[in-house]
Amino acid sequence: MPALTPSQTIGPFLRIQVPYEGEERMVAENDPDAIHIRGTVYDGEGEIVDDALVEIWQANRVGRYAHPEDNREELPLEEGFTGFGRCATDSEGRFEFITVKPGRVPARGGGLQAPHIDVSVFARGLLKRLVTRIYFPDEAEANAEDPVLSSIEHPKERDTLVAIPQEGGLRFDIHLQGDGETAFFVV
Amino acid sequence: MSSAGSEEQATINEEESTVASELTRNGEVTGYRHDGLEVDPPYLYPDYVSTRTRAPKRPLVPLAHTLSEVTGPVYGEDRIGELDHDLTRQYEGEPLGERIIVHGRLLDQDGKPVRNSLIEIWQANAAGRYRHDGDRHPAPLDPNFAGGGRAMTDDEGRYEFVTIKPGAYPWKNNPNAWRARHIHFSLFGPAFATRLITQMFFPGDPLFFQDPIFNSVPEPKDRERMICRYDHDRTVPEWALAYEYEIVLRGRQATPMED
Repeated sequence: MPALTPSQTIGPFLRIQVPYEGEERMVAENDPDAIHIRGTVYDGEGEIVDDALVEIWQANRVGRYAHPEDNREELPLEEGFTGFGRCATDSEGRFEFITVKPGRVPARGGGLQAPHIDVSVFARGLLKRLVTRIYFPDEAEANAEDPVLSSIEHPKERDTLVAIPQEGGLRFDIHLQGDGETAFFVV
Repeated sequence: MSSAGSEEQATINEEESTVASELTRNGEVTGYRHDGLEVDPPYLYPDYVSTRTRAPKRPLVPLAHTLSEVTGPVYGEDRIGELDHDLTRQYEGEPLGERIIVHGRLLDQDGKPVRNSLIEIWQANAAGRYRHDGDRHPAPLDPNFAGGGRAMTDDEGRYEFVTIKPGAYPWKNNPNAWRARHIHFSLFGPAFATRLITQMFFPGDPLFFQDPIFNSVPEPKDRERMICRYDHDRTVPEWALAYEYEIVLRGRQATPMED
């Protein structure tokens, strides 16, 4: 059987090809449920990371993934909503997505997960992607019983995955290393 | 098949899909394999200086795959233009350099083709210069070469790009540091769990020994698999040399809830 192809860094010049125009706008700005998720990527010295690619993957507002393996036909798919977004950080290390809060999806072995968005971070200096999740601050109860969030032992680290409400949306900063380091997962 | 037979078949299909969606509702998912990931480099590889301030210091948290990780973006064929795979035909004129064909298959760990999957590439021009504001290497830009392309794999997992061989270029990692010639590859596969970004290298490059990104892959045999193979059979006489590059993404676990 063939062996896996190793990962390599995305390098600093990803903008030659990715992302494509508008990939950070997953719903129309005038969608009544639209939320802006903004954040900055920082390195271990607190410097901004201006050459990262942030990708997100999520279910739609009723909790259905636009993917053949989510076969729960009773939940409608939404025309034009792919659930996938990409944004390269700008010269100040910032990214921004316009999306909707996803509905709850099944947890492993039963029950529901709290609303969440899967995140991949690629950058120069990252030889493989980092994976984290965005959870929502207005979902305290669901967050408390979410098996993935609860698997992070220390409350301070767990809190790095919960977005912070701010004027006009939510804030989700990503700290690759050091003080306030974001909790990352092995998927 | 008789009409009664088709009705019976339809009922069976309906029952099967009801069972399948019931499993999904109950959170019974078949995850992706974890074996074989040791081919990947570590996050911290001090010889590649940028990893020192960007590699996380805390241990990563294991995440058993849920529906969120076994699903992933589905790119439609409609997003791909007819010439998107040909980096030599994006302008009026032809780019300078050695025209090449890069082709191969996208497979999973079980050797099964990964079908209808998006592949994105980007690279430096023949002089070793990227068309990017951040590239300060004093080598010429090529007005006929942007350096990016994309393609979808076919039903057998095959893909093909036409491009020019990228040049080597210096970088500031350490004194007299040069990147071995490479093309960046971005792969999606069927799920969030299968996402991969890597680099393809060329056979016989004299710069491998001093390239810490290439050498960050722990085992020499695994580094070898990032190097394409010269393919004389696919080389087009009096037109372009061909290289074959097979890419392998994670495969599926055999049964649900294995981890």
